[in-house]
Amino acid sequence: MKNRNASARRRFITGLAATVATAAWAPRFAFAADPLKIGLILPLTGPFASTGRQIEAACRLYIARNGDTVAGRKVQLMVKDDTGLAPETTKRIAQEMVVQEHVTILAGFGLTPLALATAPVATEAKVPMIVMAAATSIIPQRSPFIVRSGFALPQVTAPMAEWASKNKIKKVVTLVTDYGPGLDAEKTFVKRFTEGGGSVSDSLRTPLRSPDYAPFLQRVKDAKPDALFAFVPSGEGTGVLKQFAERGLREAGISLICTGDVLDDDLLDTIGAPALGVVSSHHYSAAHPSPENKAYVDAFMKANGGMRPNFHSVGGYDGMHLIYEAVKKTGGDGDGEKIVAAMKGMSWTSPRGPMSIDPPTRDVVQNVYIRKVESRDGHYWNVEFDQVDNVKDPGA
Amino acid sequence: MKTVAGLPTRKWTKFEIGFWLLPVVAFFLFPKYLTLGSQILIAGLFALSLDLILGYARIISLGHAAYFGVGAYTAGLLAKYGWGEPISGLVAAAIVAAAVGLITSFLVVRGQDLTRLMVTLGIGLMLFEAANQASSITGGVDGLSGVEMRPIFGVFAFGMDGRTAYVYSLAVLFIVFCFARTLVRSPFGLSLRGIREGEKRMPAIGVSVPRKLIAVYTIGAGIAGIAGALLAQTTQFVGIDTLGFPRSAELMIMLVLGGTGYLYGAIVGAAVFMLLQDYLANLSAVYWQFWLGLLLVAIVMFARGGLMGGAIALSRRWLRSRT
Amino acid sequence: MIGNLIGVLFDGIAYGSLLFIISIGLSVTMGLMNFVNLAHGAFAMLGGYACVIAMTRLGLPFLASLPVAFAVSAIAGIVLERLLYRRLYRATHLDQVLFSIGLIFMAIASATFVFGSQQQPVQLPEFLRGQVRVLGLDFGAYRLFLIAVVVAITAALTWLIERTRFGAQVRASVDNQQASAGLGINVERVFSLTFALGSGLAGLGGGLGIDVLGLDPTFPLKYMVYFLLVVAVGGAGTIKGPLFAALILGVFDVAGKYYVPQLGSFVIYVVMVAMLLLFPHGLVGRRA
Repeated sequence: MKNRNASARRRFITGLAATVATAAWAPRFAFAADPLKIGLILPLTGPFASTGRQIEAACRLYIARNGDTVAGRKVQLMVKDDTGLAPETTKRIAQEMVVQEHVTILAGFGLTPLALATAPVATEAKVPMIVMAAATSIIPQRSPFIVRSGFALPQVTAPMAEWASKNKIKKVVTLVTDYGPGLDAEKTFVKRFTEGGGSVSDSLRTPLRSPDYAPFLQRVKDAKPDALFAFVPSGEGTGVLKQFAERGLREAGISLICTGDVLDDDLLDTIGAPALGVVSSHHYSAAHPSPENKAYVDAFMKANGGMRPNFHSVGGYDGMHLIYEAVKKTGGDGDGEKIVAAMKGMSWTSPRGPMSIDPPTRDVVQNVYIRKVESRDGHYWNVEFDQVDNVKDPGA
Repeated sequence: MKTVAGLPTRKWTKFEIGFWLLPVVAFFLFPKYLTLGSQILIAGLFALSLDLILGYARIISLGHAAYFGVGAYTAGLLAKYGWGEPISGLVAAAIVAAAVGLITSFLVVRGQDLTRLMVTLGIGLMLFEAANQASSITGGVDGLSGVEMRPIFGVFAFGMDGRTAYVYSLAVLFIVFCFARTLVRSPFGLSLRGIREGEKRMPAIGVSVPRKLIAVYTIGAGIAGIAGALLAQTTQFVGIDTLGFPRSAELMIMLVLGGTGYLYGAIVGAAVFMLLQDYLANLSAVYWQFWLGLLLVAIVMFARGGLMGGAIALSRRWLRSRT
Repeated sequence: MIGNLIGVLFDGIAYGSLLFIISIGLSVTMGLMNFVNLAHGAFAMLGGYACVIAMTRLGLPFLASLPVAFAVSAIAGIVLERLLYRRLYRATHLDQVLFSIGLIFMAIASATFVFGSQQQPVQLPEFLRGQVRVLGLDFGAYRLFLIAVVVAITAALTWLIERTRFGAQVRASVDNQQASAGLGINVERVFSLTFALGSGLAGLGGGLGIDVLGLDPTFPLKYMVYFLLVVAVGGAGTIKGPLFAALILGVFDVAGKYYVPQLGSFVIYVVMVAMLLLFPHGLVGRRA
């Protein structure tokens, strides 16, 4: 009798001890069992739909290749369309995602005004906001919870200006679209190029909607510079290149230099022959000769019916990488401040090349490549021939 | 809704009282959707302003968003540069928007439908370009951020839960609505009705048509400015899209959906449109645009009075069947 | 200096010619049926896409695809006119505006669904590419072609309106519908045929314009203002009015963007508002 009581008591104590031990661990597991909700807000319709399409495809590709569990938590990607046209809609969607869905992370943001409008939500709710596409300089400064995974215009423009100075180009006319990133590009190029000893004889700005490039390019031709530096948002490159070719600017001795947005990988085959030989600078080319990129491009095209990934897509892909690695570092803890802290200083090899997140600015530091358009097996590619390593955004 | 000669009666009917209780009830029933709610109320106010111009005075305007945007930028700039008091900002926005409306109204009352359409469209586009050019002030396409609002009456601060924004928007909408309701029943409103029914005959009874049109257009612009200011203050941001053509077009759709010339139609149309958009756009945004277009075509061909018109016709039939 | 000016004028005239060819259909529709059809640009877009399909799927050369563009839009015009537009001739202008906005949305959504939202490329034949040197100045070959086509079409239209019986019927119906019907003119048939012709021309303009204006699903909205502008300023119901208006607007738009690029689009809106104030019934207005 006593023996049975003793063994029962022992069993009871063991059981109790085991329960307590499990309870001590349980918060971790119960915590970890919460799905990791990521709110992805993108323009999936409207004039900027191609940006949203690319980023969504890249994010899903990352999940497909890296599994949908991070630190024991299941990743739930919630994608919402904000049309890219109304910042108050983006802000409202972000608010609803935070308040109702309790997302751990906000991501996406196809254009600058959308990111700027949503910044206060990230700050107030203490939710990390990964900006994957919008490219104006000031964005990360608007909230301590913003981390950029894409790029900034001054960052990719400065190397272009420097390359031009060193390559017998003395007189340039700049042509940019009249909005945030365009003005950033113009300012940066003019500053760097004149510092390098060149001169900018004219700075033209085209309107953001329904731009007719013909008169602008005619003016460039009549100004007879050594080169035209152009920036237009991704998708508009066709119009510029077409007029450039048709008006015979190249025959008149004017070369075209630009940022990679003009020669968007998505569009390069559509632009076709007029793009041959055009030199551009950007942080990503689908022709980047690294094993990581080759695997990325192949997987992307396979999963998306032959669609070539462009520079926006790596913003999405690397944004997901940031999220995964940061959550791994915090051990599944969804606290906003901890996640952002984990992201600061992170560095890895992306399909675009090596990159890292600069701790004080939370902005991306990456290589900027100088590329030339070449034709390979029937398709056109931006082939890299020079690069500037670890470029930080110099600001506009 | 009981009407006398198609106008609201002096006393508020049961339906009207019930109608205004709905948003109050919604405040308690849907605490997580208050931001969407305040945007619906703001859209309703905006549509109301167009109803006065379009529904009562028959001026087809494709550029009404211009005044919305002017009001939004006025309130936004005031707040950004230090004056964050909401109500005075609202008043300032109304005055500025009405002033712009007054100036442009001289262009609008000339000519007839097509000319007016073009002029209003042109004005909207010009203001959009102007805002884009003056990007150092307006922020251009990037928008105006840094709009910091002080609490209303020093007590009610704008928070992320959207409660203050909702109550504020509802209060403003209600007050302006009362004003519009009174206006429509006044001799001024009756003369507008006369212009709508038979513009060429009005001078015969001594009504100066252009002056009435200018007046109603200015009032409509001012109210649109108030709606714009509300949006700026509740979202603490002003995008250049507030001035754009898509916003004017969407506005017309909301108004027509609800029914022009009823005042309530504007609010009903705005609510239905925004709720549908929020729900359907997530299903598939391309389809949403298609169905919206189809809906518009269907309304024009089969349901001219919009939702309100249909509701009134149904209620009449129901009433008749009871006697 | 003069060289630049001539270049700008030439570009402006080419641009204006393109606007004219698309807008003439709208002018006749508005003058004849008093119908405010904002969706006119959708017919141009339809023609543009028809042209692209003819070139890519059917392998037709560019010049052969243009008549296809005309035909497809004309047929669409007849079908829509019979089914839908006809019922709204007596409707208020507001209803017509809303109806056409609805059509625009449906057109844009359909185009996005079928073709995607990107710009459509067009392969021009060799002899239409590049530039032609005349008297020491460079002129775009394609723009020369455009102007030639428009001159030909304007001549043909004028002959049609002035010299044929059909043209007489159109003119009569524009002037006074009831009297024309009373004289035994089948006004309904005139409407249908005119609408088809106008839509067809818009489609042709859409195909011609792919290289200059671009082609993507938002085409009807993007250029709607320009078409309306041409008709409002030029006056509905005539050929000459929109022609002058289109040329003036084209030249001012190009000149504005060339000489004052900071103001660019502003110029054309200011010109428009000014002209509307000076000529509220259009340059060569017929309808009072």
